[in-house]
Amino acid sequence: MTMREIIEDFRHWDGPDIRIMEVCGTHTAAILQGGIRSLLPKSITLLSGPGCPVCITPAAYIDKAVELAMREDCRLYSFGDMLKVKGSVRSLADAKAEGAHVRFLYSPLDLLEIAEKDPGHLHVFAAVGFETTAPVYAMLVKKAQESGLRNLKILTALRTILPALELILDSGDPVDAFLAPGHVSAIIGSDAYRSLAQRYNRPFTVAGFSPDHILLAIRQLAHAVREGRHDVCNLYPGAVHQEGNRKAQALLENVFEPGPSVWRGIGIIPESGLFLRESFTAFDAGSRGLDSDPPANPACRCTDVILGRIHPASCPMFGTVCTPQEAQGPCMVSDEGSCGIWYRFRGEI
Amino acid sequence: MCVAVPGEILSVDGDVATVDFFGNRMRVSLGLVDAKIGDHVLVHAGCAIEVMRREQAEELLVLLAELDEVLAPEREGRVR
Ligand code: SF4
Repeated sequence: MTMREIIEDFRHWDGPDIRIMEVCGTHTAAILQGGIRSLLPKSITLLSGPGCPVCITPAAYIDKAVELAMREDCRLYSFGDMLKVKGSVRSLADAKAEGAHVRFLYSPLDLLEIAEKDPGHLHVFAAVGFETTAPVYAMLVKKAQESGLRNLKILTALRTILPALELILDSGDPVDAFLAPGHVSAIIGSDAYRSLAQRYNRPFTVAGFSPDHILLAIRQLAHAVREGRHDVCNLYPGAVHQEGNRKAQALLENVFEPGPSVWRGIGIIPESGLFLRESFTAFDAGSRGLDSDPPANPACRCTDVILGRIHPASCPMFGTVCTPQEAQGPCMVSDEGSCGIWYRFRGEI
Repeated sequence: MCVAVPGEILSVDGDVATVDFFGNRMRVSLGLVDAKIGDHVLVHAGCAIEVMRREQAEELLVLLAELDEVLAPEREGRVR
């Protein structure tokens, strides 16, 4: 179907009110970039979901990372997004300004060489991410073990997306259909959504990121909801296989085990975290039990944003008190957070 | 953070490849995929996570370049 045909189809759309959640931050950005909302009928609402791993990292985790970075014998590494998110008191950027050893790396795998060349320090990667990133950490740990490195560890805040979607469905928030994330799905496969689709009678569609892909996926989901179907569709077969990336899945299974973990502003979600298995605990920088999560600004509505209850622009602080420069909550701090993305696009709804 | 960027494999040395992104060359681990010279791979955090069809790789590159203009200005230590 061409984009014009889809738009034409939507012009005559007479379906019920439908709420579709896009799980991935890149989809959120692509939807705003493509002006997708302006092409949809009024009855179809798009919601942004929990797809930002930095935004849901609890304060206790940041505190632990700061503590490690402040240690004389330790060097801490992460991705740039992690810099500005505050723990209960400080962010890694604050700690860095006070002399902490924090550096940003393009790839966690670079740590192998760094640790080998500098045996006098403990090198820790703040390993945040969803299923897309988790296999890279698994590979890092495997390689560190093979080369007998003892001065390399990871501090994990790894999350899996399905338990979070299940929580959203259980919480009774009215999400009728899901635009499944593109790159998480490259790892877990489109089949991974089948069980949720069946149990909750909700359709899922995996889509690429161009405007015509996204529109087609939305059309697919809208028709499925109207007809009461709960299909799982893969409209991104050029990059996502039904069964996902088996090699990556095997590596994840070998290195990590699921466990309960805290999502910032949401609380504990059972089986939603990935933790190093016992045979790899020598590489764990203390990732378990980092559960405490006092809210930074009680007026911040990040929880509602992450669960798709409100649009970022509906938060009274959006764009006034809360901007990427003076963020009041993690959803504004991170590049992948819904509030930050909306702010940068001056989000029209 | 889950953004993955497509690139083309220029050469392979064991389980590491040299991959071309927008004319930039980077070393990328091939530990998670079966890929060869000329393949397009989806790269995340220094690691190829999947082999990708050329047309979709090109579409994604165009889109990411557009998004970058809006989202990237102050970004540091980016994943890609
Ligand atoms: S706009 Fe700011 S304060 Fe409001 S929900 Fe988003 S991050 Fe929180």
